[in-house]
Amino acid sequence: MDLIDETDGAGDGGGNAPEFTVSEISGAVKRVIEGEFGHVRIRGEVGRVSRPRSGHVYLDLKDDRAVISGVMWKGVAARQTTPPEEGMEVVAIGRLTTFPGQSKYQIVIEEIRPAGLGALMATLEKRRLALAAEGLFDEARKRALPFLPEVIGVVTSPSGAVIRDILHRLRDRFPRRVLIWPVAVQGARCAPEVAAAIAGFNALKPDGAIPRPDLLIVARGGGSVEDLWGFNEEVVVRAAAQSAIPLISAVGHETDTTLIDHAADRRAPTPTAAAELAVPVRLDLLAWTAGQGARLGRALRGQLSQRAQRLSDVSRALPRSESLLDTPRQRLDMLSDRLSAALRNGVQQRRLHLSEAGGSLRGAVLRRRLESEAARLAALARRRDPALLRGLAGRRAALEALRLRPRALDLAGRARLLETLARRLERAESARRAAAAARLGAAARLIDTLSYHQTLARGYAVVRDGTGQVLTGKSEASGAAELEIEFRDGRLRLGGRRARRAPAADPGPAQGSLF
Amino acid sequence: MTDTPVSEMSFETAMKALEQVVDQLERGDVALEESIALYERGAALKQRCEAELKRAEEKVAAITMDADGVARGIKPVEGL
Repeated sequence: MDLIDETDGAGDGGGNAPEFTVSEISGAVKRVIEGEFGHVRIRGEVGRVSRPRSGHVYLDLKDDRAVISGVMWKGVAARQTTPPEEGMEVVAIGRLTTFPGQSKYQIVIEEIRPAGLGALMATLEKRRLALAAEGLFDEARKRALPFLPEVIGVVTSPSGAVIRDILHRLRDRFPRRVLIWPVAVQGARCAPEVAAAIAGFNALKPDGAIPRPDLLIVARGGGSVEDLWGFNEEVVVRAAAQSAIPLISAVGHETDTTLIDHAADRRAPTPTAAAELAVPVRLDLLAWTAGQGARLGRALRGQLSQRAQRLSDVSRALPRSESLLDTPRQRLDMLSDRLSAALRNGVQQRRLHLSEAGGSLRGAVLRRRLESEAARLAALARRRDPALLRGLAGRRAALEALRLRPRALDLAGRARLLETLARRLERAESARRAAAAARLGAAARLIDTLSYHQTLARGYAVVRDGTGQVLTGKSEASGAAELEIEFRDGRLRLGGRRARRAPAADPGPAQGSLF
Repeated sequence: MTDTPVSEMSFETAMKALEQVVDQLERGDVALEESIALYERGAALKQRCEAELKRAEEKVAAITMDADGVARGIKPVEGL
């Protein structure tokens, strides 16, 4: 657009600038750029990388402000020791070229390598941490190596010192069947081939035409970090970690550590050391076996001689049969000597005893005893019957006394008795009441006789003040506001208010004694 | 002790079994009849170990691959 505008402008302006076609100007630019930048070194960070099946590698180089596209043709890419990857600080050597069809320019890379060791190691460390975080390097994943593998698979270059070192050392220690899987051990083909070889060995069937190794060795001789770079590639690390067959890595020299070393079950510092880890020393084992055989024989002989010794010890301790019988035999002799004498003595003693016991045994004694006992028996028999009868009569009487008798309940009699009692109660009650009435009447008459009213009847009077207090003297009467006089036939109130009672003349002392 | 017949044992298994038998016999706490049986087993195990050790032979071959990188066969390798 700019070009067209400018062209228009130039046309309008009618200046003397030459007029180009698009192709002409594009070609001119191409010539200038390729002429000016036919060989450049560019330092930058690798941006996006793509690797299509064609084998060419497309990538961006960038710094903080600009980006330039790059391409690495297939042949060049395969030659590189360190395949570029995103984030890597690199130095790319090549030439600039334009791509007129799209108004673009790019660098055609002839060589690319990390910009110094620091940049490469930083990339390596970053990858190591990422893979470790996935657990690919965990100790728990590591398997024990077989003690004596039948077939050993070796992933390495078929030519070179490495395989020779391994085979030599194996031959020295324990010749085995060895299968070599040839791979490129550096360059771009290295990582994919090594990974494919590890996976390929694992893919072999245990009883297939090709014997399946029971141990793998991935080996390479020493080299620069860039040379060994293929063994740091993720595909290789993953293949080693996933290998079902125990794997020894032996890449580079002792001081070189690649990421496959972390994923391997064992790491050998050198290819030779890998062979040493792989097999035991046959001669040692032969010696060991012979030694075990000798120990076996010795142990058995020891067992036998030990038992023979014990047998002879034990049989020595066993007494002779004669000595075992001596004492009993002697005892037998002694006892048989004593036997006849003892028999004689025994008979004699018993005879004596019999004659002693039989001496006191006479008929008359027995008979007397018999008669007296018979008499006692008869006497007892005579006393028996009467005693029995007496006892019986006594028991019968007692029984009779105990017999139950019916008891007539005299209900009618009880009713009559109850009635009589009721009548008596009534009589007694009325008599008591009459007596009480008579006593009350007598008492009433007595109280009448003793009352001051009789005195009043004889003409005396009782004088009280207004509050009903009896007055017995003139001084009291004259001080009272009101007087009440009681006569025989009623009371007369004098003074103050309406009189209710009449004062008496002087009945005080008489009355006082009365109350 | 495993039930695998001695003749089918791997070298390592036979080796461990032999070690056990020798230890047991050397401890001497087995009955006489048993110690004889143990000895016979030990002798068989030793033979097995020796046979495995004698079988050691080197045979080196390289994998041959087809175009896709899959193992197709092996060819002997000489002179390494």
